[in-house]
Order: sequence, then structure tokens, then C-alpha cells
Amino acid sequence: MTQTTTATATLDADLPPIIPARRLSHSGMGVLLGRLQPLAGRIYLLVFVLFLMSPLLILAAAAFNDSSFPTILPWQGSTIKWIVALFHDGEIGQALISSGIIAAGVIGLSLPVGTAAALVLTSLHGRTRGVVYALMVSPMLIPGIVIGISTLLFWRQVGVNGGYFLTILAQSSFIISFVMLMIVAQLQRFDRTMEEAALGLGASRLLVFRRILLPYLRPALLAACCIAFLQSFENYNTTLFVRGTETPLTIFIATKVRTGLTPVINALGLVMMVGTIIGAVMWEIARYRRAVRSAAI
Amino acid sequence: MTEIFDRFGKPLGGIFLGLALLWLAGMVLVPGVFMINASLRPHLPPPLRGGELDVYVLDNFAYLINHVNHGRIFFKTVWSSALVTLATLLLCYPIAFWLAKVARRWQVAVMLVLLLIPYLMNEVLRGLAWYIILAFSGPLNAILIGLGLMDEPVRWYGDGGVVAGMAYAYLLFMLFPIYNAISTLDRAQIDAARDLGASAWRIHRRVVLPHAKVGIATGCVFVFMMAAGSYVAPALLGAPGSRWFTQIVYEWFFEIGNWNRGAAYGVALMAMCLAVVLGLLALFRVNLASAVK
Repeated sequence: MTQTTTATATLDADLPPIIPARRLSHSGMGVLLGRLQPLAGRIYLLVFVLFLMSPLLILAAAAFNDSSFPTILPWQGSTIKWIVALFHDGEIGQALISSGIIAAGVIGLSLPVGTAAALVLTSLHGRTRGVVYALMVSPMLIPGIVIGISTLLFWRQVGVNGGYFLTILAQSSFIISFVMLMIVAQLQRFDRTMEEAALGLGASRLLVFRRILLPYLRPALLAACCIAFLQSFENYNTTLFVRGTETPLTIFIATKVRTGLTPVINALGLVMMVGTIIGAVMWEIARYRRAVRSAAI
Repeated sequence: MTEIFDRFGKPLGGIFLGLALLWLAGMVLVPGVFMINASLRPHLPPPLRGGELDVYVLDNFAYLINHVNHGRIFFKTVWSSALVTLATLLLCYPIAFWLAKVARRWQVAVMLVLLLIPYLMNEVLRGLAWYIILAFSGPLNAILIGLGLMDEPVRWYGDGGVVAGMAYAYLLFMLFPIYNAISTLDRAQIDAARDLGASAWRIHRRVVLPHAKVGIATGCVFVFMMAAGSYVAPALLGAPGSRWFTQIVYEWFFEIGNWNRGAAYGVALMAMCLAVVLGLLALFRVNLASAVK
């Protein structure tokens, strides 16, 4: 709020006395410029969308090329054999299971700890809160490999080597930060008088937490669950250092790129992309409907 | 501190506090201290660990500074990450402004879906897409030669390929914070500035940019951090002569097996990232709480 007021204040201070922009638009040059600007904007928008989409389209297209190496040039004929091969690929199945185990562990650890951290943070005030806040978001601001290294070095001291356990711990250490932030955002709109009312009516503190706060936090917990899953499933940098001998999906793909890439990986990308598109469209439709409804009210 | 107990009672409040402490101390702070500790000790065979040779030294950091290549690669990583950050900022600002203030509601909805698809895709798959595009006999060379812009195909793998792949991979981490920041700007302010005769350039410089500052700071902080700490893009799109600092850290750990030196390199990377993050926040005069929320 203060930002916007200062912006207007400085703007007021040194305004040109006349309105040259409006005048200019009546001259030939002004009309031309006025037409060109939206045109340039549209071209830029188009180029931006192309830049965004073409790598994905090329990745997907290469899944249908009858070539032993993923490429779209030369096009050696269309085939769906790579998509068929994907569903018979035992290694990819194993990598998916491995990623799934890690993601489940991360969700199981991050959601309760993130919620607890959010409740602790919101019960603090003043300087303490600032310090704890900085500490709690710091794992998001440190490169992933550093988190992997520190976890690996710490647990080596007690004789634990890389594997599922360390991967779950290392990934969670920064995913908890994301969960915490999402819960804090939801807590800010919480009406504490509901808790007091329940307590006044004789409910125990545990019951109040279970029946009032937890249901209130459910949408945020659900969203946090999705974010935690995605973050874990996609993670490469942290996992690389703490995976031990496990091969989650991201590690598997990157290894394949170096040791013999086939369009099966593109087929996998395509399947993941289709899943993402369905998810994104559903999410956006829900959001759009909500926005339209709230605009109507 | 007592508020958590007042609100949830001793047992439940204790559990919350315990979990939060377990995370901050057990998963963040103590491992960090162990890493710094390891970085300050020499690499010794197991029987000599804890012996009279196992003392605090700065050898591992001195090695980084004195090495012919490693120091250079460290600064190259910093500059290239800054370049990635600047490129994503310039590419995203117009789109973020358009999305927040110009586009109609359905345009925003369509665009957000288009943006979300690459955003949710695996970083490794995004890297793989660029690996295919930039290949020597790949589409980019074919298009540029077909258009008559080049005579000979170019080897794109290397520093240029890495920066391009990263700018693509982290684009949306810049776009979304700026979009969110501009969304909260009251349109009336832009209209007022325009009615009073301010040029488009002036409106952006004096009204929109100051308001978008928080989003720009957030975007820069995250893009820089992710670029400097990235392993995938350099591994896929780099060339033997274009190593990234993270790749050297990895070598110390899993190819050479000198974990102490690897830890020192990791500490250097962390210190640099934290310095840049705090520097950016100071530069934009944004506090941490409004940048990361």
C-alpha cells in the first residue's frame, strides 16, 4: 500500500503540463505508432508462447519418430512402438515405484511437520518471529545440492548411507518450507473466535484442533500435498547426492541421456505431459468458475 | 513462546514445537554445521580420522582459490546465472504486465494453462527437450540453415546451450511472482497517469515497476539460486569444456571421493547464493517476508 502511494506521489510531482500523448495520436505518426504497438505486442506474445511450447511439442513429436535416437530430423516414419515399449519397460516401472516411495515418504513427513511449523511461527511475534521465519524459509534459498551434501555428511557420522531414508529427509527439509508457507497463508484468514467458542462449550483442546482447525486447513493441506508430490517427483539436484543406489525417475532419465537414449523416454515425457495438461485444465476450469462466480456476487 | 501452549494445551503444543524443532535443528541447522565442519577438515583415510592430523585447516578453500580452473568455473557459474536471471526478467516482464492488466479473463485462463504445462513438467524432461532442439543435426540448425541465416550447422552444446536451457527452465519462476505483484496494482493508477499525459515508458518506470518490485525481487532471487545450483541443464546441454560449478562438487563426492573438499565447494556455493540473495533483497529494498510468502 505504501508503495502505491509513493508511486503516485512522485508521479504527481513532475507531471508535464499538457497531454502530448493524446495530441500525438491524431497525427499520422501517432496513429501508426498506436497501431504498431498492439501489433508488436501480439507478435511478442506469439513468439513467447511458441518459445514456451515448441520444446514440449518437439519432445512429444520425437516419441512418434521411427528412429532409434530421439529426434524429429530426419523423420523416419511414424510409429507408436515407443509408446508400446514404454508400458513394457521394467526399468522405468522400477524408477516410477522408487519415485513414488520417496514422494509418499516426503508427503507423510512434510505435511505434519509443515503444519506444526506454521502453527509455531504464527504463535510468535516481533523479532523472534522474523528470525524464525528467516530460518524456516532458508532451505528454499539454498541450492538443492547443498541440502543433499549436508544431509549426506551429517548422517554418515551415524553410519547411515544414501538411500530412500536420506532422500526423503533431504527433500523434506526444503519441501516443509513450502508446506509451511501455504499453511501460514491459510491461517491468516482463520477466525480464532471459533476455537474460543468451542472451548467455551466444553470441547477439549485436542477436539478443537481436530474438529475446527484441521477441517479449516483442509484445502491448504490438499494443495500442499500436491506441491509436495510435484516437488519430490521432479527433484534431481538434492536426490543426486543422497540417493545411494536407488534410481528414481529423474535420475533414471538423466542417466539414460548419457548412456543410451531411446524415444521411450520421449514417450514417457508425452504421457507425463498429457497427465499434466489434464490436471492443469481441470485446475484452471475450477479457478475460472470460482472467479466468475465471485464476480457475479 | 507460551502462546502455542495456551492455544493448544501442553501435549499438543509440545508436539508442534517438537516437530518444528526437529525440522529446523535436525534437518537444517545441524546438517549445515556438519557440512561446514567437514569443509574445514582435511581428507584423511578412516584410521587417521580424529587423530592429531584431523585439525581445522583452510586447505580445502585454498585449493578452490588456487586451482587453475575451479575458481574460473565458480565465477563463470555466477555470471551465467546472473545472465539467466536478467534474460528471464526481460522476457517475462511484458508478458506478466499483459497478463495482469491487459488480457481479458478468458485470455488469462488460456494463457495460465499454457504456462502451467511446462512449469509442472520435470526439469530433466525440459532439459531433454532442449537437448533434442540443440543437437548438431537437430531442428534449430535445420531451421536456421533453411532460412538462409547460416551456412554451416553450429555446435550449440556448451555455455550458450546451458544458458538457453536454463532461461527456459526457470522462466516461469520469474513470470508468476511478477504477475502476482502487478495484479495487485490498481488499474486506476495507470489510467490516471495516462490521462495526465505520461508516456507508456514513463507509466512503467514510475507506476508499474515500483509496484512490481517485490515480484521482481522474488523472481530474481529464485531464478538465480536455481540456476547457480542446477546440475541437470549443464549435464545435458554442456560440453566437456563448459562445466558448471555443481558438476565439480559432484566430482569431489562421487568420482574422486574427497568429501571434505566437496563440502568446502558446497559451502562456497551456499555462501555465494546467500550473498546474492541478501544483496538482491537489499538492492530492491524488499524484506525477506514479502519476497518469500
